[in-house]
Amino acid sequence: MSESPIAQQHARTPRPGDLTDRLVATDVWTDQMLAEAGIPVVDVPFVTFGGGIGSFVTVDYLRISGVPTSAIRVLTPLRTPWESYEYLTTVSQIPRSERLRSDSQSRPDNIWGFPSYAIAEGPKQWWNVFLEPIFTRYYTPRAGHAFTAMEREMHRIRYPEMVVPGQVRMVRRRAGGGYFTILTPPEGAAPTRRIAYRSQWVHVAVGYPGLKFLPDLQRYRQRYDDFARVVNAYEPHEHVYERLHRRPGTVLVRGGGIVASRVLQRLIDDRDQRGLQTQVVHLFRTYVAGAHGPSVFSRRPGADGWAYQGFNYPKSVWGGQLKQRMRRTSGEERARLYKEMGGTNTPLRDDWLEQLARGRREGWYRVVIGQIEDMRPVGDLVEVAAGTDQGPQLGTFDAVIDCTGLEADIREHRVLADLLDHSGAGRNPVGRLDVGTDFELLGTRNGGKIYASGSATLGGPFPGVDTFFGLQIAAQEIADDLARQGFVQRLGPGRSTSQWWKWVRNTQI
Amino acid sequence: MLPTLSGRIQTRIFLLVVVGGPWTLIITPVLPTGADVGASYGATFSVLLVTTVLGVLWELLWHGLQQFRWEKDWPTLFGLLTGIPEGLLVWFLFAGGVVPWSDGVAGAAFVLHFTTTWLLVWLVANGPMRVPFVHWRINGGRLVP
Repeated sequence: MSESPIAQQHARTPRPGDLTDRLVATDVWTDQMLAEAGIPVVDVPFVTFGGGIGSFVTVDYLRISGVPTSAIRVLTPLRTPWESYEYLTTVSQIPRSERLRSDSQSRPDNIWGFPSYAIAEGPKQWWNVFLEPIFTRYYTPRAGHAFTAMEREMHRIRYPEMVVPGQVRMVRRRAGGGYFTILTPPEGAAPTRRIAYRSQWVHVAVGYPGLKFLPDLQRYRQRYDDFARVVNAYEPHEHVYERLHRRPGTVLVRGGGIVASRVLQRLIDDRDQRGLQTQVVHLFRTYVAGAHGPSVFSRRPGADGWAYQGFNYPKSVWGGQLKQRMRRTSGEERARLYKEMGGTNTPLRDDWLEQLARGRREGWYRVVIGQIEDMRPVGDLVEVAAGTDQGPQLGTFDAVIDCTGLEADIREHRVLADLLDHSGAGRNPVGRLDVGTDFELLGTRNGGKIYASGSATLGGPFPGVDTFFGLQIAAQEIADDLARQGFVQRLGPGRSTSQWWKWVRNTQI
Repeated sequence: MLPTLSGRIQTRIFLLVVVGGPWTLIITPVLPTGADVGASYGATFSVLLVTTVLGVLWELLWHGLQQFRWEKDWPTLFGLLTGIPEGLLVWFLFAGGVVPWSDGVAGAAFVLHFTTTWLLVWLVANGPMRVPFVHWRINGGRLVP
């Protein structure tokens, strides 16, 4: 989601209505300044940008609460709200037919979570959710199920009518109250280079600021210009599997999270289904041998290197005890709690356990504990030097698949950097955007509010922000706060029930 | 479910009154109580009242057990199975004559009334409750913040 293609197009042909040096350097803009720059202004009370699932669920909640389409604009380069998410799940080996790591009741297309995905899927899954997680593993929905359901809801709430295509460049406070959100529309879509959206409320939902690679991976790529044999699992890397299909090979997989699980499954599925002889070496930096945690009241299960957890946080952060507890913390105490329940983990799935047990037994899946120290290409292969618990080790591999999912600093995102530099936004105890319990971006208030949800706000008083249900919880907090300011009615039992019935009947609203 | 202690207690009282109450009203006349309708209502509503009051105490125990779970969740199955010890205790209290205003209840009628009420409350708590109360599940089962 970089602006660069659009920026490059525009660099060739100067057009009217562009940002001026004065605008870029000024924190608070007047209407006059925009008029002088020739940037047209569009008035709308509520603007959300990013346009992914975070924007979608927020708009869904507001529409269900009674906000008309004319009062909302979604500024986005995405064609559908799940486009970016689907790209990431697909490259990280979760195509539409595979299951996500998400709870049955976390439905971005349904604010009530009822009926849940499992109920919709059929009686076999009813039994699963009835017995989970005691006698069965957690039910999780197929990616395709989530996308098709969102598509239905998108049309039901007339979402496309609110979408304005383009890339948001910045948000600045407006003298006299409210904000200007600067949109760069696609080439040819508007007579001016920029359009300003003047609104009382702005919602920032730009998703992940970007991927960050571990230093050894970056070093290897810079030094040897090889992007084919050492890959990050969040990048397209189908060529690795294809190469293993053409000739037998050995792969080094690094990481202990769900992406490592999925990549291992793909490698072993290919072994099983295509009769390959792939050897897998799995490098854990932290090897989890068993249940771990500071006390008997907070002990997470683990075995064979992995920490096991159903979802990416302990479940009660999405509504229960941990949500309540985190809400009351701040500063170092909050950072400590994040650390306590954080840590890389993966869900327990029977097929994964079976595959890895078989691999260990038959000798084609081996575990090494340690860290990569150096990598260099040797002929067709990559030579990896690792510091391990058994001392320094050297090995050659056909490919290295790095499954560590580091996120870049929020400053890597141009709009977030601008908010930090010009609009009063600050950082929370873990370094992301500092939001309050109602997801207001603290420090930016200006006769209106800027809200933010999603990954960029991790570290706030609510931990599960970068999840389907977390985005919906944020949406509800935002809608309730907007209700306190008179923009919308708080969703009460009567309207909630009648709107749910409309959802059931797929009645357009 | 992901209850907090206060959410457990609030949900318990709310559902036993709002769902259990009307259900008891409906089912009592057809229960094999062997008594007239007035006495039958007296018995079934006594059971409902005792289940609610004792339930608040049970919730303290369930909440305590929940602390041993890493996820601090309360699986759907647990919500159903806790009905067994709770039902047995209520039965023993009535059968043992501990409830001062009651002359006891008929066994078959008690089993039918208690299990159907428990099942209904459990079903409502695991889905339909979220329809009118869209804030309930993210507030740990609390209806009043």
